Amino acid sequence: MASRSADLRVEGLVKRFGEVVALDGVSLDIASGELLTILGPSGSGKTTLLKVVAGFETPDAGSVRVDGTDITTLPPARRDIGMVFQNYALFPHLTVARNVAFPLEMRNVGKAEIERRVAEALELVELEGYGRRLPRQLSGGQQQRVALARAIVFNPRLLLLDEPFGALDRKLRETMQLEVRRLQRRLGLTTIFITHDQEEALVLSDRIAVMNKGSIEQVASTTEIYERPANDFVADFVGESNIFHGTVTEVGSVTLDSGRRLLIAHPASVGSRVGVLMRPERFGRGANSFNGEVKEAVYLGSSIKLRLACDAGMELIVRQPSGALPAIGSRISVGIEPESIHVF
Amino acid sequence: MKPNGNRRLLVALCTLIYVFLMLPLVVVFPISLSSAPYMQFPPPGLSTQWYERYLDDPQWIDATVRSLYVGGATAVLALLLGVPLAFSLARGRYAGRIAVDRLALAPLIVPVIILSVGLYGLFAKLKLIGEWYGLVVAHTVLALPFVVLVMMAGLRDFDRALEQAAEGLGASRLQTLFRVTLPLLRPSLVSAGLLAFISSFDELVVALFLAGPNMTLPKKMFDNILMEIDPTIAAVSVMQIVLVSIVLVLIGRFGRGLQGSAR
Amino acid sequence: MSSRTAGGLPPPLPSPVRRGRAGWGRAALPALPALVLLFAFFLFPVVRMLGFSIEDGSLDWYAKALGEELYLRVFWNTFEIALLVTVICLLVGYPLGFLIATTTPGWATLGFIFVLLPLWTSVLVRTYAWMVLLGRNGVFNRWLIEAGVIADPIPMLNNFTGVLIGMVHVLLPYMVLPVYGAVRRLDPALVAAAEGLGASSWSIFWRIYLPLTLPGIFAGATIVFVLSLGFFITPALLGGGKVMMLAVLIEQQIHQTLNWPFAAALSAVLLALTLGVYSLAQAFTRQEARP
Repeated sequence: MASRSADLRVEGLVKRFGEVVALDGVSLDIASGELLTILGPSGSGKTTLLKVVAGFETPDAGSVRVDGTDITTLPPARRDIGMVFQNYALFPHLTVARNVAFPLEMRNVGKAEIERRVAEALELVELEGYGRRLPRQLSGGQQQRVALARAIVFNPRLLLLDEPFGALDRKLRETMQLEVRRLQRRLGLTTIFITHDQEEALVLSDRIAVMNKGSIEQVASTTEIYERPANDFVADFVGESNIFHGTVTEVGSVTLDSGRRLLIAHPASVGSRVGVLMRPERFGRGANSFNGEVKEAVYLGSSIKLRLACDAGMELIVRQPSGALPAIGSRISVGIEPESIHVF
Repeated sequence: MKPNGNRRLLVALCTLIYVFLMLPLVVVFPISLSSAPYMQFPPPGLSTQWYERYLDDPQWIDATVRSLYVGGATAVLALLLGVPLAFSLARGRYAGRIAVDRLALAPLIVPVIILSVGLYGLFAKLKLIGEWYGLVVAHTVLALPFVVLVMMAGLRDFDRALEQAAEGLGASRLQTLFRVTLPLLRPSLVSAGLLAFISSFDELVVALFLAGPNMTLPKKMFDNILMEIDPTIAAVSVMQIVLVSIVLVLIGRFGRGLQGSAR
Repeated sequence: MSSRTAGGLPPPLPSPVRRGRAGWGRAALPALPALVLLFAFFLFPVVRMLGFSIEDGSLDWYAKALGEELYLRVFWNTFEIALLVTVICLLVGYPLGFLIATTTPGWATLGFIFVLLPLWTSVLVRTYAWMVLLGRNGVFNRWLIEAGVIADPIPMLNNFTGVLIGMVHVLLPYMVLPVYGAVRRLDPALVAAAEGLGASSWSIFWRIYLPLTLPGIFAGATIVFVLSLGFFITPALLGGGKVMMLAVLIEQQIHQTLNWPFAAALSAVLLALTLGVYSLAQAFTRQEARP
């Protein structure tokens, strides 16, 4: 399948539903062939953003451009955007083949050509021979693949996926994530993927946009989002975290609000208010050491997770390589290097 | 629920109620096959004479045929008007929507006698008494609520993501309507159409006023019942019951829940 | 209270909002042809006919309808019959709706068929059948006489009893279906919880089913009562001219005495009664539904 992949630019999108502000000035650039995940809790406006891009909602302000062309007011039918819905939205009265053929029929593609491309698309999602079945005769994962085939069969300029794996069990979800990634790379298709599952976002994306309350908190690569979150919300939403606030009292040192002093590698200017993030798996030995009482200890197979109550009311979540679980109530020491502390 | 004393009592009571409900429907069968020259029960012997009398009487046949095409036309007209109305009510948000809803369902509440007298006066003036299409218009008013109720129930359960999917895949609004929405609503359409047909086919009061000299089946039956209780009526009743049964089977097979029709 | 039994409008489905204000016209437009029909052949003729009652500029026809004892008795008759029919339908319809709602799906389907079959069988057919069953020489009287229970036939036709039986038969399904719906909507976990807490099946019925299905009962009773008020066919045929209800009286005024203004006045009163009862019930339901 020839790729017609395009870049997407949304600027200053605002959308209100009565009192509720679903989108509060959202701007975003997606390069051709990129897979961008929009990650956010429910109600963060991510689905509204997708609907505006797809054309199902008209924004109150702002614009949507594909390859530089303004499509803000174009009806969905004329946008050439493939979309996979939360519950697949397969037409229950049409066979799998007719479902996949639907966008081609709408574009008046010739019969023979339709047949060829449907077969090709079904092969791509490994559903050869399922063409005559009805959607309800397929499993959830298979329906998902049909929805995917239908969304890409007409060489869309953009592919939108709206929490497509929510209804699948964990194992199938992981398989489908890899499959979507493989297909997307192979077709070089510009893709927006919506999810509230941060693990899924980390597995799939080139870049992640974290949304909250109608705004984008941060857009960055997966590692950047995880290692260097821009603020509390991102740090807290993506991965497990220990977040504290304090003031930089001298270069290379932060005094937390609890009074505790931390050595940092970040060149923050003296006197500024900062947040610090310590990922639980970064604890081991280090220049900053903590002594705390074990409040909780959970065995997780590949690691153990501890909740420590340290001095000055500080609580830490710590992950350590698998080993013997310390007794509840016992005191242990952990440390962290200044380089492993993210300051924002 | 566990069967216990109370439950058994309930079942027994309901069996009696069912006997009460079905008895009038059942009793016409033996009478219609009676060999007696007049009403007699139980019938002394079997014969098909009453069916023959019905089939040989051009008045009965004429009335039946008229009722059939009035019912058919009513169903078509009620669907043509009622389906868009239901769409508008189920999906629109406009000032006056509640008033429109009330008006559309009002023919269920307003006594038919009042509508009949009102239309009688109007149609007399318009010289529409006795015209079959006048009857169709009147019956459509009465059938409209059924169509609206059944279609709105169907639309309530309709997954609008399917329409968005179709539009996203390149279908125009019209293409979406005819290739996705209406095919998926077919069960509701079947139910609505059949209910509209039956409601017209059975309708007496309006016909009493508007049919004039041109009999419909219910009017012919009414007149006959007033004149003489002869078992021809029983034969006609049996055929009517069979027809309704067929329609119910059709609805069960191709249609969608009937409960919406009976609020 | 569900939107169906309340006769109300469901909340509008979330719809893709398009191009701001243009949505108004577009959403209302499909309703237009039906509205034209309803205005021209429902509202207009009815209002026009009701207007005949005050054509001479006075309320004399209303005074006659509401003042003369003869007609007052018809009003009272109508009201009494409607009330009795409603009560009987409630007593008979509740157990039936309850049973269908709580039985296995297979039995429920069968149960439904035998409620819907009578519902959709012509009222005329059923009325005729009752004449056959209840008549002086009808099926019941013959059986009773042959069985030696009675010596002379009991009058069951052309009187109050006949009309009641016929009307209950016609209107019973309108009670059964809302009750069925109300019982079905009830969370089975509630019943299980009550059973778990040791409630007997009677107290489960009185304390859980009955109060929680009250809206369904109310909806059914309202519809039965309102439909009873305007009933024509059954009283006309089974009443034998001896049981006069409003609708029959109106028909006579048109077909026999050709007294349009009086028929119009009677219609206006009947309509006011019907809509009044219905709106009252609706208002009451809405208030009940408020948390």
